[in-house]
Amino acid sequence: MEASKVIHAIYTDDDVLMSAVKKVKAERHHIEEIYTPFPVHGLDKAMGLAPTRIAITAFMYGLVGLTVAIVMMNFIMIEDWPQNIGGKPSFSYLENMPAFVPIMFELTVFFAAHLMVITFYLRSRMWPFKNAENPDPRTTDDHFLMEIAVHGNENELQSLLADTGAVEINIIDKEDAH
Amino acid sequence: MYTFSNRLKIFSIILMVIGTVGVGISFMTSHKSFKQVEQLLAEEAHHGGGHGEEAEHAAPSHGEQATNNSHGETAHAEAGEHHVDKHKEHVEHVMHQIANRPWSALYVAAFFFMMIALGVLAFYAIQIASQAGWSPVLFRVMEGITAYLLPGALIVLGIAVASGTIGHYNLFIWMDPEVVEHDKLIKGKSGFLNLPWFVIRGLIFIAGWSIYRHFSRKFSIAQDTADDNRNFKKSFRIAAGFLVFFIYTESMMSWDWIMSVDPHWFSTLFGWYVFASMFVSGITVIALITIYLKSKGQLEFVNENHLHDVAKYMFAFSIFWTYLWFSQFMLIWYSNIPEEVTYFVSRFNDYKLPFLGMVVLNFVFPILMLMNADYKRIPWFVVMTGLVILFGHYIDIFNMIMPATVGDRWFIGIPEISSILLFAGLFIFVVFTALTKAPLLVKRYPFRKESEEFHY
Repeated sequence: MEASKVIHAIYTDDDVLMSAVKKVKAERHHIEEIYTPFPVHGLDKAMGLAPTRIAITAFMYGLVGLTVAIVMMNFIMIEDWPQNIGGKPSFSYLENMPAFVPIMFELTVFFAAHLMVITFYLRSRMWPFKNAENPDPRTTDDHFLMEIAVHGNENELQSLLADTGAVEINIIDKEDAH
Repeated sequence: MYTFSNRLKIFSIILMVIGTVGVGISFMTSHKSFKQVEQLLAEEAHHGGGHGEEAEHAAPSHGEQATNNSHGETAHAEAGEHHVDKHKEHVEHVMHQIANRPWSALYVAAFFFMMIALGVLAFYAIQIASQAGWSPVLFRVMEGITAYLLPGALIVLGIAVASGTIGHYNLFIWMDPEVVEHDKLIKGKSGFLNLPWFVIRGLIFIAGWSIYRHFSRKFSIAQDTADDNRNFKKSFRIAAGFLVFFIYTESMMSWDWIMSVDPHWFSTLFGWYVFASMFVSGITVIALITIYLKSKGQLEFVNENHLHDVAKYMFAFSIFWTYLWFSQFMLIWYSNIPEEVTYFVSRFNDYKLPFLGMVVLNFVFPILMLMNADYKRIPWFVVMTGLVILFGHYIDIFNMIMPATVGDRWFIGIPEISSILLFAGLFIFVVFTALTKAPLLVKRYPFRKESEEFHY
């Protein structure tokens, strides 16, 4: 891929960052990415990011877990070997269902929780031994960094960002961005 | 200041009048003579067959033999005197059940509305003791609802006592000295279950709750015009104290007013179970009245974020109720000890639809409707779900009382519906009258600003 240029504007305060984001959005520049040391409330809204759908996946994973529990216990306890264990009615699933509910509940939670976490890791590309994608180590401590793509409007962007209170503005040549 | 609109006032009065008429009718028609009941049973045995025989099963003293042919008057003269006794016993049993029905219907409805007010009072105390920052804009709504507690609780206690003094022990058989004399189990419990002690306990509960309600309201209104936070601190302290008092008395109240309709049965988590029911109904009513007042333009400081929080509580406590319901049911079902399990056997045999239906109404429905965060912010959605939850918890109380008093002779007909109308009318009247007594927004409450700007 050809080399592209990005601008890195660094802030030291999340309130300043928020107003900067609103200003940059108002000027219709595309914000590539923002790096922050901690969650900044309302940042996703200000950037116009689409809401997450991870809760919906969790709900569906929960249904999968519930189904697994029901099918498993129906097969084992009712169909495969319906023994009389302490007088519990193993004639049909419904008749013996109260005894299965704790497992149905736990498997629902188990599937919903674990598969949702794994989905989160996959979608946000996180795994052990992954190379950190951190443009500036200070952003994990006390600095905020906004990355904006440059399309030949360098000077204009630079002055805009300086107006928003950026403490440092760098132009970076990015090899093979993304 | 809120003014009680004339239309709503007339509506509540109409409800009370219709309810009173219906309750009157049901009391007048419930006194059947021995002959009438005998005829009724003969007809049932003739037509449906099944119903009469089921009733026979329910009476524990009847043997299989008697069950199969007790109603064919001519078929078994050889059974002789013994059979006549059984037959007489059965008819009297059914007669008593029929006479119990209006009492029970009245009691269930009275308790249902009382427990809403009590649940709201507990919720209110928790909000103050936990110094919640989101709810102060709803305090006046909660205070309005708790105004029903004192009259409501006195009515419940009054019906309970009247059923054992004016009535013929229509709710609590342990009030009948005849029964206690011949029942070893009840006799053993008579140190706790006796009428004077029952009344004294009930009055202590009601006094404690009402005193807290009175002073929390007083401090809340005094705080509006105060120039320091003394009243806020006082309300904080009494809220903490009340919560301790509440959890003991609520538990004992549920033994007294509900569990003792089945004096042979006991359950340890019953107090919690009743609490969950009253808490979720109370929160639901807060949501409904808030939405109503907001739709009338009375609560412009309440926004969808507050609604969202209330709906989250409805959702979470519906699940909490289910957890307790299931824990109680499953432990008893699993161990299947005869002396405990009869409670659920009678409910399962005669009350299948309400018993299982309430799990759908109180659990499946709210969990699916209120899981989505966006739906919790839509007023009509919360109203629809809230009405289902309230109906479900009415059925819950119905399931606690009715099987012990009317057995398989239950139906949701004139006695039940008119009792609901009567107390719904009274509830609306008392609550909305109380709402007019103070501004709908607390002033100078330390968390008011935070609450007004609350957003989620």
